[in-house]
Amino acid sequence: MTAGDADKPDRAVVRDALGVGIAVGLSGFAFGVTSAGSGLGLLQTCVLSLLVFTGASQFALVGALAAGGSPFTAAAGAFFLGVRNAFYGLRLSQLLALPRALRPLAAQWVIDETTAVTLAQPTRRARRIGFTVTGLTLYTLWNLTTLLGVLGAKAIGDTRAWGLDAAGPAVFLALLMPMLKTAAERAVAGLAVLLGLGLLPVLPAGVPVLAAALAAPVVLAAQDRRARVRRGRPGARAAADRGAPREPRAGSGPTAPETPEPETPEEDQ
Amino acid sequence: MNTWIAIGLTVLGCYAVKLAGLLVPAGVLERAFVRRLATLLPVALLAALTAQQTFADGHALVLDARVAGLGAAAVALALRAPFLLVVAAAVVVTAGVRAVGG
Repeated sequence: MTAGDADKPDRAVVRDALGVGIAVGLSGFAFGVTSAGSGLGLLQTCVLSLLVFTGASQFALVGALAAGGSPFTAAAGAFFLGVRNAFYGLRLSQLLALPRALRPLAAQWVIDETTAVTLAQPTRRARRIGFTVTGLTLYTLWNLTTLLGVLGAKAIGDTRAWGLDAAGPAVFLALLMPMLKTAAERAVAGLAVLLGLGLLPVLPAGVPVLAAALAAPVVLAAQDRRARVRRGRPGARAAADRGAPREPRAGSGPTAPETPEPETPEEDQ
Repeated sequence: MNTWIAIGLTVLGCYAVKLAGLLVPAGVLERAFVRRLATLLPVALLAALTAQQTFADGHALVLDARVAGLGAAAVALALRAPFLLVVAAAVVVTAGVRAVGG
């Protein structure tokens, strides 16, 4: 799809949106199985997909509960993963120009995939169609396949014997890998792994993940320090920071990271 | 009950941040530091979660069949396989290694 062709036919927008919505919507199955394998009931699992509807947060929550985390640390991890949706919403509210009354409804669909599809459209009409079709398809399929996943997990019994406990971390890895474009992102990931594993034996379940989140501000602070030292050479860091442009790509859970960064980050210096 | 508390908090929190993005005036969240933090926060959380769910068994770190499964997922990702195939690779290889006694 080429941004810029101002008269993109509605059919092409719908096709793009359906492609993303269907591919990602089907992965609700993995969530249903993982959630049931983590000990959540059918109703609990379906409520998560219906009302949380942001995949990484859902996987993180059931994983933390399965590990014996307190409800508060488990929910905090899920919440922090969901914070990025606020930044998508900022961008989308400008692009879609939604009436105020519609916003509380549209908000539930503000996730990685709908943002990626919407940002890729050339006109407001195309963006609105892209957002709506992606949101509707993904929401419907994600919830249906969540239900099927729970039923499937109950039918096969021991999900561990089927290797299904590897689905959760594989989902996280698939979401993470496309995010590792710049040195800062790789440094954050490396530090977070060290913190997450190193603190695991000594802190209550769920807390090490929250502690690992500190890797983000730590690396940012280190980066700003270095930037101040190098202030004489503007541009060098900005280029390194930006990394490759992010192309929306179908197929990664309602949390796919391939969403464009809303704008080029401005340096606060 | 604890599970429902966690679900309730997550529902409210995740919806609130989605809605906040659509409702707050641009500019409030548009500060560069906040935006960069929002980009890096998921990186940190996802990396820690991936590592923990691969190596953790309660409070202990273990090497078991999941490591092979995650290796398979990484290979599938490097080959740019679709999302579902990546997850399937992890599941199948983990199950296979366990079946042969891993």
